[in-house]
Amino acid sequence: MLKIENLHARVEGKEILKGLSLTVNPGEVHAIMGPNGAGKSTLGNVLSGRDGYEVTAGSVTYNGVDLLALEPEARAAAGVFLAFQYPVEIPGVNNTYFLRTAFNAQRKARGETELDSMQFLKLVREKLKVMQISDELMHRAVNEGFSGGEKKRNEIFQMAVLEPKLAILDETDSGLDIDALKQVSEGVNALRSPERSFLVVTHYQRLLDYIVPDFVHVLADGRIVESGDKTLAHKLEEHGYAWLAQHGEPAGAQA
Amino acid sequence: MSESAVPFVASTLAVPPPSSGIGWLDEARRENLAAFGEAGLPDTRVEAWKYTALRALSQRSFIHGDAQAATRDIDPEAFALPGLDGPRLVFVNGVFRGDLSDLSALPAGLALRPLSQALAQDAEPLRFALARRYKERGDAFAQLNAAQAVDGVVLRVAADAKIDVPVRLVFVGVAADAELAWHLRNVIELGEGAELTLVEQHVGSGNARQLGTLVADVVLRDGARLQHIVAQDASADATLVHRHALQLGARAQALLHVLELGGALVRHDLQADLVGNGARLDTRGVFVPRGRQHIDTQLAIRHQALNTTSDSTWRGVADGRARGVFRGAILVAPGADGSDARLNNKNLLLSGSAEIDTKPELEIYADEVQAAHGATVGQLDERALFYLRSRGIPLAEARTLLTAAFCRAVLDDLPNATLREHLASLLAIRLPV
Ligand SMILES: Nc1ncnc2c1ncn2[C@@H]1O[C@H](COP(=O)(O)OP(=O)(O)O)[C@@H](O)[C@H]1O
Ligand SMILES: [Mg+2]
Repeated sequence: MLKIENLHARVEGKEILKGLSLTVNPGEVHAIMGPNGAGKSTLGNVLSGRDGYEVTAGSVTYNGVDLLALEPEARAAAGVFLAFQYPVEIPGVNNTYFLRTAFNAQRKARGETELDSMQFLKLVREKLKVMQISDELMHRAVNEGFSGGEKKRNEIFQMAVLEPKLAILDETDSGLDIDALKQVSEGVNALRSPERSFLVVTHYQRLLDYIVPDFVHVLADGRIVESGDKTLAHKLEEHGYAWLAQHGEPAGAQA
Repeated sequence: MSESAVPFVASTLAVPPPSSGIGWLDEARRENLAAFGEAGLPDTRVEAWKYTALRALSQRSFIHGDAQAATRDIDPEAFALPGLDGPRLVFVNGVFRGDLSDLSALPAGLALRPLSQALAQDAEPLRFALARRYKERGDAFAQLNAAQAVDGVVLRVAADAKIDVPVRLVFVGVAADAELAWHLRNVIELGEGAELTLVEQHVGSGNARQLGTLVADVVLRDGARLQHIVAQDASADATLVHRHALQLGARAQALLHVLELGGALVRHDLQADLVGNGARLDTRGVFVPRGRQHIDTQLAIRHQALNTTSDSTWRGVADGRARGVFRGAILVAPGADGSDARLNNKNLLLSGSAEIDTKPELEIYADEVQAAHGATVGQLDERALFYLRSRGIPLAEARTLLTAAFCRAVLDDLPNATLREHLASLLAIRLPV
């Protein structure tokens, strides 16, 4: 599904990703952990096509196509979804209207029929139940005045509606209390399927108690330095990221 | 170069002010024209015209009035507002068109007719408005208008009359063989406790390279309430200079919504005097210059009585090589204690060559005044754009969505839903993509 090879990327002239390789198969959940500033968000931004990130070497293949050649909206239509670490407030744009516009734009790009507002509302109602989001949030402007937790839940709610094939969750757990963390995790788990893959970026092991990953990778200084199963997350939690430095050579994960 | 050698001034002075047979009126016309002839068009050293250069206009000559205006073929679709029936007065190239107007079945308490008719019947009630001499250096177009306008609208609402249908004033500009100039003068008065919704539309068709001036006095007696919509969507080649001077008596309330969309060069002076205790003025507006348009809005609000309130929300969106100008001047005069004055102007530049100059001015000479004043100029939020695109919304659509959202606050509180929808869709059509 996703094959990242030797990816190098720069931001404002500074090299952040320094030869990152990673392969994700359909249905797999990969956790990416790492210290602040390691390049986790940079990876998510590069994969979703944000401006200002210059790829200087390497490749990203997604379902057989060169992902890096696509505009952000085309990546979305192809099934890539980024849950933002810092969701953006958009005053004046109604949350439901925004989501329907996005939903239909993706359908249109894929040559599928669009839903009218009644049909879409029905879909939203069903998904709201699963996500335990109050429909009051749907009447507000996108993320405007949302609490930190509401913003994160809104990201997962959008994911539930848009049904991507590859979801990248960038520190969706940060700023959540334990109840919100459980709700968000339930929402994510409900979407797990043999066709859908996840990249779960997190700083803490805690989230992975609820969203149990198939693989855990450690991203440090722009590279995957360690890969393993879910027990790796516990080791990190125990020993801290400093432990990695003493712990052998950087590993080119699953190259 | 002497002023009369300037083509614009020379072509204007070549036409003597029309004679009305009314002594005081002819005298006012002569004096205003003389004042204009002496000073000519202001240059950018005049503060009120600092950002709007009239050099190009001054080199053009205009024919006064359109002799064929009465017979020009007009498609009423150009100004149709389905679902909003009511009286209307329509002018084509500055000339009243009874065939396009509807003055049948005027509601009780509403007097509405063309200025020319009102003057012919009884000029005296108009004396205060029409005998005025404009003396400010920035008043050139008002002088010209006072000298040359022979028609316009006279609208009066009787005390306590609540007019429940909107009244429409429609100004149509259509292409003529020559570049022509027209001038219209509106005199509007709401009696004590009267209520009215007024919709002013400027529409254009074809390349109407014309100059139009419109000067309106709007007086609200104590306790009167006015909702006033100005939807300016003039022809892309038109030069339009319009001025509204409002006066609000005690507890009078005016709610204005202004869309400035059309025209090549547009200047709008919006002046309001809150002269009665407890008067309230709300203004909402958006100006959207695109291409090479130049749209200049000058808002001047003077609080002159106790506990008066003004609240103004304006948005500017400029694209291409267009230029927007906004001046929001609020004065709280000595004695206007307990007043509340708020003004907020946000502007959006959609291209690197577009420009918006905004100048908030706040002067307070009274006590216990609440005031908030802010103006910004910025670009579309890149983070928001990426957020929308990351969800699958194509770039062009994402830009349109954000631009429309930026303007939303302006129409939100327009009470008449039908009217709100009309204005929203007009705005949507005119917003750059
Ligand atoms: N838009 C940007 N402009 C400048 N520097 C950036 C930008 N984005 C990321 N960086 C830098 O790149 C490095 C990695 O950042 P990031 O990918 O956000 O790390 P993480 O998400 O792992 O905490 C940091 O040093 C950060 O300062
Ligand atoms: Mg990050």
